[in-house]
Amino acid sequence: MMTPGTEQALAEAVRAAHAAREPLAIEGAGSKRAMLRPVQAARTLSTRGLTGITLYKPAELVISARAGTPVAEIEAALAEQGQQIIAEPPDLSALLGAGGATLGGVVATNLSGPRRIAWGSMRDHVLGIRAVKGDGEIFRSGGRVLKNVTGLDLCKLLAGSHGTLGVLTEITFKVLPAAEATGTLALAVPDLGAGVRALSAGLGSPFGVSGAALLPMGMAAMGLPGPVALLRIEDFSESVTYRTGRLREVLAPFGEISLFDGQAARSLWRGVRDATFLDAAPEDAVWRLSVAPSAAPAVCAALPGAKLLLDWGGGLIWVAGEASEAMHQAVVAAAGTGSFTLFRAPDALRHAVAVLPPEPPALAAISTRVKALLDPAGILNPGRMGR
Amino acid sequence: MIRLPAPKPEVLARRPEILAGLARLVPADALITEELRLRPYETDGLSAYRQMPMAVVLPRTTAEVAAVLRFCHQQGVRVIPRGAGTSLSGGALPLADAVVIGLMRMNRILEMNFEDRFAVVEAGVTNIGITQAVAGEGFFYAPDPSSQLACMIGGNVMMNSGGAHCLKYGVTANNLLGVKFVTIEGEIFEVGGTHLDGAGYDWLGLITGSEGQLGMVTEVTVRILRGPEGARAMLAAFSSIPVAGQAVDAIIGSGIIPVALEFMDRPCIHACEAFAHAGYPLDAEAMLIIEVEGSEAEQDALLARIRDICARFDPISMKVAESAEQSLAIWKGRKGAFGAVGRISPDYLCMDGTIPTGELPRVLGRITEMSEEYGLKVANVFHAGDGNLHPLIMFDANDPESFRKAEAFGADILKLCVEVGGCLTGEHGVGVEKRDLMHVQFTADELALQRSIKSAFDPDWLLNPAKVFPLLGETVLAGAA
Repeated sequence: MMTPGTEQALAEAVRAAHAAREPLAIEGAGSKRAMLRPVQAARTLSTRGLTGITLYKPAELVISARAGTPVAEIEAALAEQGQQIIAEPPDLSALLGAGGATLGGVVATNLSGPRRIAWGSMRDHVLGIRAVKGDGEIFRSGGRVLKNVTGLDLCKLLAGSHGTLGVLTEITFKVLPAAEATGTLALAVPDLGAGVRALSAGLGSPFGVSGAALLPMGMAAMGLPGPVALLRIEDFSESVTYRTGRLREVLAPFGEISLFDGQAARSLWRGVRDATFLDAAPEDAVWRLSVAPSAAPAVCAALPGAKLLLDWGGGLIWVAGEASEAMHQAVVAAAGTGSFTLFRAPDALRHAVAVLPPEPPALAAISTRVKALLDPAGILNPGRMGR
Repeated sequence: MIRLPAPKPEVLARRPEILAGLARLVPADALITEELRLRPYETDGLSAYRQMPMAVVLPRTTAEVAAVLRFCHQQGVRVIPRGAGTSLSGGALPLADAVVIGLMRMNRILEMNFEDRFAVVEAGVTNIGITQAVAGEGFFYAPDPSSQLACMIGGNVMMNSGGAHCLKYGVTANNLLGVKFVTIEGEIFEVGGTHLDGAGYDWLGLITGSEGQLGMVTEVTVRILRGPEGARAMLAAFSSIPVAGQAVDAIIGSGIIPVALEFMDRPCIHACEAFAHAGYPLDAEAMLIIEVEGSEAEQDALLARIRDICARFDPISMKVAESAEQSLAIWKGRKGAFGAVGRISPDYLCMDGTIPTGELPRVLGRITEMSEEYGLKVANVFHAGDGNLHPLIMFDANDPESFRKAEAFGADILKLCVEVGGCLTGEHGVGVEKRDLMHVQFTADELALQRSIKSAFDPDWLLNPAKVFPLLGETVLAGAA
């Protein structure tokens, strides 16, 4: 494994691999190696040697850090100033069996947590990047200001490209103040349909719901054995009191309501964020679907026996089930016009199936040309996204 | 005067055949070829530059857009996509050998879904039209560029438009779920859908803000949001620009996320007050308009917090709106700022750089010095929360020297924005206006990379040429107004 300590050294390593037509597995801490398709490469290039916050201006709501900086380190620095990463990226160590996620990793995989539904994704808040193309050339896109439409936005393209279009070396992103208080309403709902309707009612209310999840298996430990809808308010204390009260009125028709706040509320949302509520068995494969929320009950009904966890008002569906091609095809069919990711599975399945939805043919042709521009020899994470 | 690519002689020579070919693709009323009716399309919101196109096509369907693009691609004809023509950067400026494809007739709202909180609209629906359509259910479409009465969502997507409320709600890119995209070859496909964050490359993010360089968008799926219970504004006036800047920092540092945080300097305050009689303090050097959202009680609490913060900076005056009407009065001057400046100067250039907010005092100080050096007045109004400046440079378009100086002054401001860590354009786009400054912000290699990505979509460079990228190859001078 190569762990260069400078962007220049990393660029040199990529340039050499490009010249030798030698594929590289690109990663940060490697905490998401279990996602998508295994990379076929003899050598790994990690950004974990590129660490440190390079700029932090709390009053400007902007922070920059090298790609290998652990997310935990950034969260700690922000917390000191009462701020937070807006998109609430998950810690998937329980699900994927490896921790220490880096900033570059969460941006390259565009993984966002519950707050995404109200405040945007990891990708939405990336203001600027530095990255190394597949031929070793360093480039920048965006900048360090909150509004910028100068030139083509390659930040968006790189965010979520799983290291296949370039190696992120430094990322600048927008942050926001962390809310003073948080309150969560838990509704015991009769079924998933009612649960999603409750979440939609909450998200369609004027009270600023910042998290809207659905636990099909409930929370038995808290005396809620059936499906439970969770809705979160984050704000100043007096607003949390007011808004949870008003939200209670909106949600009353949907089921019995209990209120969680403080540490209890925070740990509930960590369980949603990190998908630990999915309760996947070690041998299960795991999928992550994104659909229109109102489609979610039918998606879930099409996957009998699967374990499920819903977030983003029902639009984000975590699925755990048998690690088989038949189950994969069922998940893909259930996702319909939505999107899917094979999140975790035995290598054989990861090699056998499409781990992401295909692009329409005309777009795939453009995609191939853009990939060739950014990675002419095809050495960056080959196969990772299924091609 | 602006340099444009030299018209292709072989295209000009085949004008009759090309027009006949277009006539076979769209109904007769959708093709404009006579000079008098082409005239309205010779310019856009940057009216200093004008160029008559060869023809204008006004399709009503995606299939017609695709057919016209396919034909133009086969014929090697350049294409200028156009929405409402409100671009302040010349994004829709035609070329003499180009066909303008205007999407204003594609103005239907196709679907409104309040349970899943999205709307599907055609590209020619106005920005305000979306909000008007969903307002009955208490919803709105968040990005609100000041041209929102006229500008169209297709243009908003292409320019990644912002507005006064971006600090909380983000820009266009943060409020989209999908688009229907047509390539220069006439291929149609969907990007995104009605779900969030599809897996795979984010083509939607690349297309957004691409200024018509990659293809055309005919339908847009936008997120719609439930509006707050209410909103109210206050104003706070300060004796100096640096002090107002410190107040902005303190407000943001307090944990409050105002829904809008606008800044005006003395010349702008005076222009707006004379125009709108909004009750602005004429003795102030800088004024903030701060808007918060929530219930009446929440608004009171937040405005009280902000008032306490501002009080620490020895304000000349503060005025908290007691009602929605008073709030509108506070906004009235700001919303009319461009018109107000237009009243005191025959012409003005509206710049659009963004700076790190901490650089505000330094940058505004330097702009004041430059104003004296150039002998041109400038009024500053901008979105303080996100550092997006809008210096309005006043000049006289009847005096070529005055226009030349105004352009040079504007370029100097934008270079300064880049020098302090900002960018050339925060929301208006590069267009033709800032094209030749791109090298100030990007290296030659970075520009080459962006160019090559355009080429991956548009190998013959037929889509909206002369915009965004510095020109290569033979050029001609096009007429100024």
